[in-house]
Amino acid sequence: MTTVTTSSPARRAESGARPRTADAGTLFNRLCATCLTLFALIWLVPFVWALVTSLRPDGSITQHPTSLFAGGWSLHAYRYAWDNYPIGSWYLNSLVISGLSVVLTVVLCSMAAFALAYLRFRGRTAAMALVTAGLMLPSEALVLPQFIEYRSLHLLGTYWALVLPSAVAPVSVFVFHAFFRGIPRPLIEAARIDGASWWRVYATVAMPICRPAVATVGILTFITSWNAFLWPLLVLNQTKSQTVPVGLASLVSPSNIQYAEVMASSVLGFLPLVAVFLVFQRQIVQGVATTGIR
Amino acid sequence: MTTVASTRPVPAPARPAAADRRPSASEGRAGLLLSGPFLLVYVVFVIGPLLVGAVVSFFNTTTVKNGLGAWVGLSNYTRVCGDPLFWQAMWHSVLFTLFTTPPLVLLALLFAVLAARIRRARVFYRIAFFAPYVVPSSVVALIFLWMYTPQVGLVPKVFDAVGLPVPDFIGSTSGGWTAVTLMTLWWTFGFNFVLYTAAIQDVPGDVYEAAALDGATPWQQIRFITIPLLARTTSLVVILQIVASLKVFDQIYLLLSGGPNQSTRPVIEYIYDTGFTSYRGGYGAAATLIYFAVIVAISAAWYGLRRWRASRAAA
Repeated sequence: MTTVTTSSPARRAESGARPRTADAGTLFNRLCATCLTLFALIWLVPFVWALVTSLRPDGSITQHPTSLFAGGWSLHAYRYAWDNYPIGSWYLNSLVISGLSVVLTVVLCSMAAFALAYLRFRGRTAAMALVTAGLMLPSEALVLPQFIEYRSLHLLGTYWALVLPSAVAPVSVFVFHAFFRGIPRPLIEAARIDGASWWRVYATVAMPICRPAVATVGILTFITSWNAFLWPLLVLNQTKSQTVPVGLASLVSPSNIQYAEVMASSVLGFLPLVAVFLVFQRQIVQGVATTGIR
Repeated sequence: MTTVASTRPVPAPARPAAADRRPSASEGRAGLLLSGPFLLVYVVFVIGPLLVGAVVSFFNTTTVKNGLGAWVGLSNYTRVCGDPLFWQAMWHSVLFTLFTTPPLVLLALLFAVLAARIRRARVFYRIAFFAPYVVPSSVVALIFLWMYTPQVGLVPKVFDAVGLPVPDFIGSTSGGWTAVTLMTLWWTFGFNFVLYTAAIQDVPGDVYEAAALDGATPWQQIRFITIPLLARTTSLVVILQIVASLKVFDQIYLLLSGGPNQSTRPVIEYIYDTGFTSYRGGYGAAATLIYFAVIVAISAAWYGLRRWRASRAAA
C-alpha cells in the first residue's frame, strides 16, 4: 500500500534539478500535511468526546460542559449502563448472528464461486447473471415485502431471519470468484488427473490457496452483519433478543439527559468494532477498496 | 492491491479455458451440487422478497396476519402515486442525496489527493477517516445527539465560538438537515476516501516524474494528471454515493425520527410507517416497488452510459 507514493516532489527536492519548484513543492506538501492532520484530528473528536463524557459525573457535565477535568473521572457510568441495559445479551446475540453469518457466507459463497469459476453445468449462465444482477439490487429497500415473506415462513424473531439473507451476498461470491480465477489452471487440472473429485479439488486445493479471500470476506461480513440496523429492528422485537445496534437505538432520545451513562453505552458499542478495525485495518481497507460494497 | 475498476458490477463471465471440450456428467453434477445451496438460499431469501412484493402490491394484504387479502388490482399503485406524503418522502430522500453527495465526493477526492502527497502518517489518516465507518449507526446517532445538545453540546459551542448562528439541530427542519448531513459526512466519508486512495495508488509514479521534469507545479500535477486519471473512479464513487444516499434511513430515523412533523422523513421511513404503523402491507409493497424501480433505473442508466462510453472509446 505504501509503495507507489514515494512521489516525485520529494525525490525532486533531493536531486535539486529545479530548486525553485522543488521548494514550492516541499512547501506545498507541508501545507497538505498540516491541513490533513488537522482534519484527521477533527475526525477523532467525536470518539474522544464520547469517551471523556462517559468518564465524568453527570452534574459536572451540564455545569461545565467543556472543562474536561471538572468533577473528576470515574467508571460509575459504565457500571450503571451494564446494570440497567441488557448489554450482555445484546452482545451475545450480535456475536451469534455475525458469527453464523460469517461461517455460512464463507462456505456457501466460496462453493458457488468455485462452481462458477471452473465448472460448466446447466444454468451456469443464468446463475452468473442472477448474482451479477444482485450486485445492483438495493435489497435494503425491500424490507417490507421481505418482512411479509419471512412472517409467512415463520422465521420472524429467529436468528435465521438475519443470518440467511446476509449469508448470500453476491459481492462475496465475486471476491471468491476473482480469487479462484487467479489460481493457475494447470494446478486444478493436475489434481483432477490425480483422480481427485471436484469436491476434493475445492476443499484441498482451491480453498487453502484463497485464505486471503476468506479473511477479507469474513471480516467484511462480520462488520456488515454486526452493524445492520433496519432489518434486525423489524425482526427481533424482544428487548433481550436484540442486537447491539438495535438495543442501543432505544437510548437515542433527546430527553435522555443521563449523558455519562448514554456515552458509556455508546463507548461499549463502538469499542469492540474499533478494536477489530485497528487489528485488521489493512485487510478491511483493502477489502473495501476492492469490492466497493456498502 | 486490485484496482477500484475491478469493482465494476459486471466483469462478463469469461469462458472456462477449454470452451470446446464437452462438459462431463460429473462436472455438471459437481457444478450443481456446489452452487446449489447458495442459489437456493439466494433465490428464496433475497430474490424472493422482490417477487413477494410484486404479488402483494396487487392485494390489500396487511402486515399483522398471514394471507394475501383481497385482490385490488392497480389501486395500490394509483393511491401511492396520488399520495402527496409519498412524493414528499421521495423528495426528502432526493434532498438528502443532494446535500450529502457533493461534499462526500469532493472532500474525499481532495483529502485523498492531499494524502497521496504525504509519505508519513498514512496509517494514521486511514484510521482516523475510516474508523467511523465501522461503527453502527445507532452509536453514531448517540454520540452526535449528545454533541448537538443545546447549551451543553460540543457542536453548538463550536458554532458559537466561530460566530455562526446556532441552529436548533433537533427541533427545526433546516437544523435537522444540517445535523443529519454533518453526521453522515463524519460517518461515511472514509469509504469514499478509501476508494480514491486506492485509485490514486494505481496511477504510475513515472507520470509525475515526467511532469515534474517538465516543471509542472504540484497544483498543475493534481489538476492535469491526478484528477483526469481519476475520472472513472469519480464516476463509480458518485453512483455508489447517490444510491447509498437515496437509501437513507438510519440517520434520519434515529436522530430526528423523520421530524419535525415528518418534514425530513425519507422514503424508506414512509414505507416503514405504512407497513408497521398502519399495517398496510399491500400499499407499502406498491410504494416499495415504485421506489425500487427508481433506484434500479438510476443504476442501470449509469451502467449503460459507462458501457456506451467504453465501447465508444474502444471503437
